[in-house]
Amino acid sequence: MTTGSIEQSERTSLEPPVTSTLLLDWVSTLDHKRIGIMYILTAVFYLAIGGCEALLMRIQLAMPNNTFLSPEMFNQLFTMHGTTMVFLVGMPVLTGFGNYFVPLMIGARDVAFPRLNAFGFWMLFFGGLLLHFSFLTGSAPNAGWFSYVPLSTKAYSSLQGVDYWIIGLLIMGIGTVSGAINIFVTIICMRTPGMSLQRVPLFVWMMLMQVILIILALPALNSALSMLLIDRWLGSAFFDPTRGGSAVLWQHYFWIFGHPEVYILILPAFGMISEVIPVFSRKPIYGYTFVAASSVAIVLLGYGVWAHHMFAVGLGMYADIFFAVGSLLIAIPTGIKVFNWTATLWGGEIRFNTALHFAVAFLLQFVIGGLTGIMFAAVPIDWQLTDTYFVVAHFHYVLIGGTVFSLFSAAFYWFPKMTGRMLNERLGILQFWLWVLGFNMTFMIQHFLGMMGMPRRVYTYADNPGWALLNGISSLGAVFMAIGTLIFLWNIGTSLLRGKVAGDNPWDAFTLEWATTSPPPPENFTVIPEVKSRRPVWDLNHPKNADWKTEKTPPDKGIRPNMAKLAAWSFIASEAVFFLLLLIAYVVFNTRSGEGAVSSSVLDVERTGIFSLFLISSSVTFWIAERFLRAGKKSAFVFSLGLTILLGITFLAGQVWEYTGLLTNNITINTDLFSATFFTVTGFHGIHVTAGVIALFVMLMMGIKGNLTPGKSHVFGAVGVYWHFVDVVWLAVFGIIYLGLLQ
Amino acid sequence: MNSVIPVLDPASPQAEAIHNLFLLVLLISAVIFAIVAGLILVAISRGRQRQTLPKQDFGSEKSEIFWMIGPVLIVIWLVAISANLVITLNAIPQADPDGKTDINDIDLIVTGHQWWWEVKYPKSGVITANEIYIPADKNKKFRVQVSSDDVIHCFWVPQLGRKIDAIPGRDNFIWLQASQPGSYQGRCSEYCGAQHAWMNFKVYAVTDAEFDEWVASEQLANKQPKLLSPLANSGKQFFFQATCPQCHTIYGTPAEATIGPDLTHFARRKEIGAGVIENTPENLALWLKDPQALKPGCKMPDFKLSDEHLKQLVAYLETLK
Repeated sequence: MTTGSIEQSERTSLEPPVTSTLLLDWVSTLDHKRIGIMYILTAVFYLAIGGCEALLMRIQLAMPNNTFLSPEMFNQLFTMHGTTMVFLVGMPVLTGFGNYFVPLMIGARDVAFPRLNAFGFWMLFFGGLLLHFSFLTGSAPNAGWFSYVPLSTKAYSSLQGVDYWIIGLLIMGIGTVSGAINIFVTIICMRTPGMSLQRVPLFVWMMLMQVILIILALPALNSALSMLLIDRWLGSAFFDPTRGGSAVLWQHYFWIFGHPEVYILILPAFGMISEVIPVFSRKPIYGYTFVAASSVAIVLLGYGVWAHHMFAVGLGMYADIFFAVGSLLIAIPTGIKVFNWTATLWGGEIRFNTALHFAVAFLLQFVIGGLTGIMFAAVPIDWQLTDTYFVVAHFHYVLIGGTVFSLFSAAFYWFPKMTGRMLNERLGILQFWLWVLGFNMTFMIQHFLGMMGMPRRVYTYADNPGWALLNGISSLGAVFMAIGTLIFLWNIGTSLLRGKVAGDNPWDAFTLEWATTSPPPPENFTVIPEVKSRRPVWDLNHPKNADWKTEKTPPDKGIRPNMAKLAAWSFIASEAVFFLLLLIAYVVFNTRSGEGAVSSSVLDVERTGIFSLFLISSSVTFWIAERFLRAGKKSAFVFSLGLTILLGITFLAGQVWEYTGLLTNNITINTDLFSATFFTVTGFHGIHVTAGVIALFVMLMMGIKGNLTPGKSHVFGAVGVYWHFVDVVWLAVFGIIYLGLLQ
Repeated sequence: MNSVIPVLDPASPQAEAIHNLFLLVLLISAVIFAIVAGLILVAISRGRQRQTLPKQDFGSEKSEIFWMIGPVLIVIWLVAISANLVITLNAIPQADPDGKTDINDIDLIVTGHQWWWEVKYPKSGVITANEIYIPADKNKKFRVQVSSDDVIHCFWVPQLGRKIDAIPGRDNFIWLQASQPGSYQGRCSEYCGAQHAWMNFKVYAVTDAEFDEWVASEQLANKQPKLLSPLANSGKQFFFQATCPQCHTIYGTPAEATIGPDLTHFARRKEIGAGVIENTPENLALWLKDPQALKPGCKMPDFKLSDEHLKQLVAYLETLK
């Protein structure tokens, strides 16, 4: 029985006409599977670069007082290693697997917005190139992957490395957020009938959690990056303590992004493990609801623990204890998952292949990393061990021991689906042991180096007792990991050429991706199985033991919101976080008493208030336009929309008037912190209004040409969500800056 | 002789309390790991022998809750003991001999610079660099104000207690004390640029008498012999005509700059360059010959001094006791 999700896509194939060249096919592709593979290949490429950076550092650190690398080179390497591994390996590879498998697992034919998907990939690709271009200038970024101020301000980092870091990340960030919105809308709107949110595979659920985190956390980074860029290029003082700025604000903003970021890197890994373990235990995941619900808890709690990266900053007892409590609590949902994975293995019929080997190593190593995390959450322990090799060990245990190992597991599990060939098991087991040996050798040792007092980010060290030996062993472990990786790449190459043919479902696995060919055809499915439980393909192949006979799950109510509107809401949620943080910066820097301009003295509150009314009324005219569109009244629609645009432009003219007044009075963005925060907040708002006006103009043209039919009014409505949002932001801006609320 | 594993070798009541908490959490962690690992490995080993389809067990809410009781209790307990220690470590000392401790009464001001530590004793006027002397008396707590003149650094002496960031524009405060005499290694623990690796310092915990003696001698302008040797005298001439006074202070002379470390009692210091090398005449010559060779990127340029000037400067600096 075919359940069609075809009605959700009212379009014909978006693929370009008949093959030009293989390269052009891939470069211009809109197919989520190909885009997924491109993400993964990009990640593998940068893994090689980031891995070489690590190897070079380990060579330098293998001996005391080593001169293999200059301190300058070393500092650039550790900065690039961290930045590359997080943004160009971890995130892309997970996005790649998500891109490839989420549509398949929910019975869809592609993601919600294939063109946006391609856009997101290419932004990442070019952002990564731009970042690495900095090596050619002789100054790659060198202020660390979290680039603390004031070290990363112009005064202390005068070369352009940090600028490449900022711009590269901004570009990559645009790609990442657009990709996340895409996956979010795909999961919510494109599930095949029968697949309620309570029946999605756990990998899909985890991806849903992850993209929510991306949408709400990346903007925090963007706001910090914007302020640092404005400091560096326009001479403002956000992060210059000598001119009233704050060195600590950067840390808050960075970690408000940074802590959710680590969950962004681990949740899909949890999802992959939750797919692999049941299949190779021949039973369903134990406690699906608890695994899913605990992930929601992690997402929520994850926003409340960021200052556990700042326990040594001296925020005060109360702050330290507050963040410690959250950080300790977050162990519980994670513990629940570990319990459920163990309970799934327990009593299972174990197929101990390479994929399951990596999954078991994941469990053990992730638990170690999690336990050292608990140690850090007990604040006084953090006070000794933070910023030492103990924390380097901790995060590599969760990121490599966790995420990377889960990726290897997923690779062995899903390679057959993606290529139609099995990976070689013997090579896989060899790679596994090399990695287990190498990884634990390198990083278990580092716990001790931390206890011995070795700080992180040091390019060399004195010949203290034991340091040379332990560092040497730690460096040796890296060699094993490198060899293991080469074997893995060899395995992939040879298996692509002559691996055993896989067939549709070599593992007798449970979820929808296994209900189609390996690899799947461009449209993913010829027939989509009926979905009555969490394991539709299990039900199909084992009808006597079908899940729906014993494990009742709530039926699918068929709620699938409008995709364009949902995308618009997701986007404005992201932008809301961005503006919120910029407004908080305004409040922080303008509640301090001091001299210099204040809003009431230099801004024309009444005049801008009037221009604000123009902007607010544009929301009303927009709403009217939308009603006319839905009623099919074309000329009334065009008139109202035109009026909306004029009102928007009038508001912008008012902004220009305000700015001109300030600039002629020599109040520029770098005058003081009032002007810096004022111009930054209103400037970004103005850019958003301008973008909105352009979008409205495009809608107007479409309306005039007759392309905007009542049936497409939801697209117009989606633009409306954005336009109204821009108004709401202005209300907040006007209230806080012009009227001085919160001061 | 430094301790090999300083975090596990506490020499102050604070460090001891942290050390005990650490061992406790380590023990709990080891037990939890052993249980989880044991269960997983048993499950795998038994499961590999199974040949038939197992019971399709979807889970049990009761089990979930039951198994989580233990971890929840452990978490609550950890919250309690760690919060308690946070409060204790921040608290004003209770058992003070004279009972007059005031947290606003600063005993020591430490300022981080790229890449050295400025040390000032406000009550006695002593100024030095990269070394701190305190009396080794666990009833005497020094109130230390930690800040920075440029970027964020971090003040850390593992055997004596917690680390605290040195942040420009902000003053942080910690208590510093040692239970027994000894020399304790300190390190900068926040990446601060090119020579973060060599921003070490030492804390010397000495007897009360030795401490008072040290303070007294530091307070005087350096006790130079009335008559310098000809070599040292040439060195002194050279020092004051060269650019040295533009960065360094020698109390009682025209050299009053504070860009680099204070050199008033330089000859009594045990290390050069924030821990790069030991302070001996031979090493001093190496340092002056080319500081960039020993600490590339540090703020002291290579002055390309002639061998003759080197000898003279070393002779002069060695008189700064």
